[in-house]
Amino acid sequence: MTTPLDIPVAEIAAGVRIGKLSALDIVSLALARVESLQPQLRAFISVDADRAMNLARKIDEQRAAGREIGALAGVPVAVKDNMCTTFGATTCGSKILAPFHAQEAAHVVDQLESAGAIVIGKTNLDEFAMGSSTENSAFFTTANPWDVSRVAGGSSGGSTAAVAARLIPGALGSDTGGSIREPASFCGIVGLKPTYGRVSRYGLVAYGSSLDQIGPIARTARDAALLLSVIAGHDPRDSTSANEPAPDYVAALDRPIRGLRIGVSEEYFGAGLNHEVQATVRAAIAAIESQGATVLPIHLPHMKYGIACYYLIATAEASSNLARFDGVHYGHRTPRPADIIDLYSSTRGEGFGAEVKRRIMLGTFALSSGYYDAYYLKALKVRTLIKSDFESAFRDVDVIASPVAPTIAFPIGEKSDDPLAMYLADIYTVSANLAGIPAISIPCGFDASGLPVGMQLMGNYFAEDRLLNIAHQYQQVTDWHNHMPALG
Amino acid sequence: MTVATKVRPIIGLEIHVQLRTRTKLFCGCEVQTDAPPNSRVCGICLGHPGTLPVMNRVALESAALAGMALGCEIARFTKWDRKSYYYPDLPKNYQISQYDIPLAAGGTFEFDVDGSPREIRIRRAHLEEDAGKNIHDTPGCTLVDLNRTGTPLLEIVTEPDLASADDTYAFCVELQRLVRHLGVSEADMQKGHMRFEPNVNVAIEHNGREYRTPIAEVKNINSFKFVRQAISYEIERQVAVWEENNDYVIGKASNENRGWDADRGVTEFQRGKEAAHDYRYFPDPDLLPVQLSDETLGSIRAQLVERPVQRRRRFASEYGLSMKDAETIVEHRPTADLFDEVIKLGGPAEIAGKQFVNVWLKHANDRGVAVTELGVEAARIAELAKMTAEGTVNKTAANQLADAMLTRSNCPSALAKELGLVQVQDADATARWVDEAFAANQQAVSDARTNPKKMQAAIGFLRGQVMKLSGGKADPKLVGKLIEERLQQP
Amino acid sequence: MTTRNLDIETVRHVAHLARLRISDEEAALYAAQLSKIVAYVDQLNEVDTSNVEPTAHPLPLMNVWREDNPTPSWTPQQALQNAPQSQNNFFRVPKVLDQESP
Repeated sequence: MTTPLDIPVAEIAAGVRIGKLSALDIVSLALARVESLQPQLRAFISVDADRAMNLARKIDEQRAAGREIGALAGVPVAVKDNMCTTFGATTCGSKILAPFHAQEAAHVVDQLESAGAIVIGKTNLDEFAMGSSTENSAFFTTANPWDVSRVAGGSSGGSTAAVAARLIPGALGSDTGGSIREPASFCGIVGLKPTYGRVSRYGLVAYGSSLDQIGPIARTARDAALLLSVIAGHDPRDSTSANEPAPDYVAALDRPIRGLRIGVSEEYFGAGLNHEVQATVRAAIAAIESQGATVLPIHLPHMKYGIACYYLIATAEASSNLARFDGVHYGHRTPRPADIIDLYSSTRGEGFGAEVKRRIMLGTFALSSGYYDAYYLKALKVRTLIKSDFESAFRDVDVIASPVAPTIAFPIGEKSDDPLAMYLADIYTVSANLAGIPAISIPCGFDASGLPVGMQLMGNYFAEDRLLNIAHQYQQVTDWHNHMPALG
Repeated sequence: MTVATKVRPIIGLEIHVQLRTRTKLFCGCEVQTDAPPNSRVCGICLGHPGTLPVMNRVALESAALAGMALGCEIARFTKWDRKSYYYPDLPKNYQISQYDIPLAAGGTFEFDVDGSPREIRIRRAHLEEDAGKNIHDTPGCTLVDLNRTGTPLLEIVTEPDLASADDTYAFCVELQRLVRHLGVSEADMQKGHMRFEPNVNVAIEHNGREYRTPIAEVKNINSFKFVRQAISYEIERQVAVWEENNDYVIGKASNENRGWDADRGVTEFQRGKEAAHDYRYFPDPDLLPVQLSDETLGSIRAQLVERPVQRRRRFASEYGLSMKDAETIVEHRPTADLFDEVIKLGGPAEIAGKQFVNVWLKHANDRGVAVTELGVEAARIAELAKMTAEGTVNKTAANQLADAMLTRSNCPSALAKELGLVQVQDADATARWVDEAFAANQQAVSDARTNPKKMQAAIGFLRGQVMKLSGGKADPKLVGKLIEERLQQP
Repeated sequence: MTTRNLDIETVRHVAHLARLRISDEEAALYAAQLSKIVAYVDQLNEVDTSNVEPTAHPLPLMNVWREDNPTPSWTPQQALQNAPQSQNNFFRVPKVLDQESP
């Protein structure tokens, strides 16, 4: 409790509302802390301080004038830099987009700001959200606040590092195969990937369109619930947005969890899982059990095919989604193209980083003539089986508990040369994206070296309220989320 | 060199028809291709990062309606696929289209060639977004206008059932009539609303064997005339190439894409089909599938009107119209609707048909408006036809009445009375006019009686004089009869 | 289980389809890495999917559409604001030939 920014979202909003806190003070503190820790953490790609302070001043004025202010008024937040903003640039962590100025803000950015939250800047990510460590950012690698020689996780590592380091109390990330949950786990905070379709993707630069979801990142389940309440809901601009009313996620937090059935699948505790992570997660499950929940064994036989399935579907979609970055209509263009083919190939060859190229090629291959059935179509069929595994499991249990990642945060550079090893970091998270179900990462302890470990809870479609409820109840009896990394 | 004696052309088509919607297929930009460059675009049709498409319901329903009119089965479940290729007029570098489950498939379409019926099978019809326009007239670069990007297109693919350039021409014209009749497309050729890609080859019979030349697909033709010319050219070209080299057959030589050069009247090689694009089709994850219920299909089917070919045939068989008049009237649906109304209101079909074409459509053409915009209702048109048929007014008077009806809203019988145009059936009065005309035109009378060379002209002249004396009210038949009788007398 | 090696030629073909200029070193590296990845994903062949429908969308949503009502377009200035090269309100690219189109 060394910084005012250790106050949760809920309390900032409440403080600003009653005039106990000034939005300008809070935002100024956040900006100062972002600036002082940027050299160590490299969490932000861009910060618009003037704009943030102006918005904060406006909120203070509105409050002083007795006007209505939003549910998140005065709360400084950040969004991953693959969400469009009308201020600053949107980079997706790539050189190919520089410079790109969006004409329309992402739906979630509009939602946050109409609720009075102040988006102070855009956080670092793996280029186009492709990665598990932010090492694939074209700009820099975000450091883990608990150990700056280690990765923050990815691809939403900038957002999770910023929240873990108390630069801001909440942020948004996007999750295509674990990109909110894995870095949340590595950084010791809460990250929620909602049900596919729960949050509009309008204005989120697509990676794998049938998998991408935007979700909240915060230190507590309560703050995540607050943020989700603001961003969830139907958006007619996103055809895949679910036309279901979003429940009151905050109200659901205090429901009792006694009698809830927690499914545990041994498929999530097999070879490759770090034993300290295993022990920590099992202890966390036991803690929930001791709060009155029942633990039941379940079987998810196709979970082991998740990575193979995911890397075919996500890359196939990405190969098409990223075709538009061609140097014709926006973004980087190679300086002296010989002809139009060269303009495309050189622009893209220069503009994309190695991992993006690798995934575009894998996806192009999976869709190409002669390979479509064997790879892309096959993956879509296995996806059906993964989905039906979950559907049958949720007939017997309310949520499924597992580790988020097989390891704690790994050292920067450790996996950069081995793409497949990096892909395997997503082994526990991709299935929720393939099935479209919600999943949350909750800090549940530390390993011997003091690095955070996360537990994943997966729920049935649109059961975000249940996931947040359990996470909140767990946080009532644990204080992992109150631990703070020792930073300057 | 072999001379081909028996040649049978085999022709199919891919046709792109621009659907008539206010907005584009996946965004709310207005469809207006002649607007200033890049002024009818938004993030969605420009493919800006983060934007997402939402389907236009009217485009889907128009496409389904057209599919029904083409005799196709409409898919109860259909979906959107991405077709990938890089081109500057395609900002996302994929086109949203329909691949393995087209909206419509398996149809048959009838048309007429010089009055004899023909049939063509429709393989499929699907909905897709158009690309923008590359403009090449600036040296050293291509300029790109994306106003057209995202405009809804119906792509119709036929089976290769056509056997001549003339048949193909007739089919294309009939297709234009159909989509206009349905109201699903303006089908304005000048605006590029219909684009044709004929695929042509020939089967050559020689020494008891059949040889088939490789299929040439002629790209992007935007006029009926050019379709006919390009096909004729291709048939001749392929036969000539085969005559030079009998190995110019499917299997030994490859299919090719060719372009139509209108200035030179030739097709030109573009690329071989062995270098086929790999379009990497896959289901568009941003767009959801479409399931059409019986109810939806029923409500679309309810908008299905009689196809112009059937209507034309009905006008000929039921109303006794000439094929040419039927064609003229059916060319424009409101015109044909008006004509049906005229007949329903008791207009005698044959006279009504002639009058409709020769009087009303002529007035409309002179004024540059549709006949429905003349301000003359079906009831008055029917009454005038009836009056003409019954002899209440003669043809000249009918024309004068029609003129009056354009500016006045009275019924034609009242107008006829008021203007004194009611035909005079009184034989005595008519005889007096005949006498008067004979007296005043001795030379003509003498020619009519004695000069075989001038006889017909003289009789016509006298008839005209009589009509003039009657103020146009005399019955021409009676006049003719009386002049005939009078000439027999000394 | 079959494993397919992605040879350099395949990698070059795929890179061309995806319009990615890659160096010889990159082509060799990608051939090795992608072969390894493809060998890994080949484990999907273990799964019997003969009676399984593909899942392209995680939610069973359908029939989402909008009415045919216009919304404001951008100005040409907005449309071209991010363009690397433009001329008289057009996007400008090196000369292309129409026969390169599909």
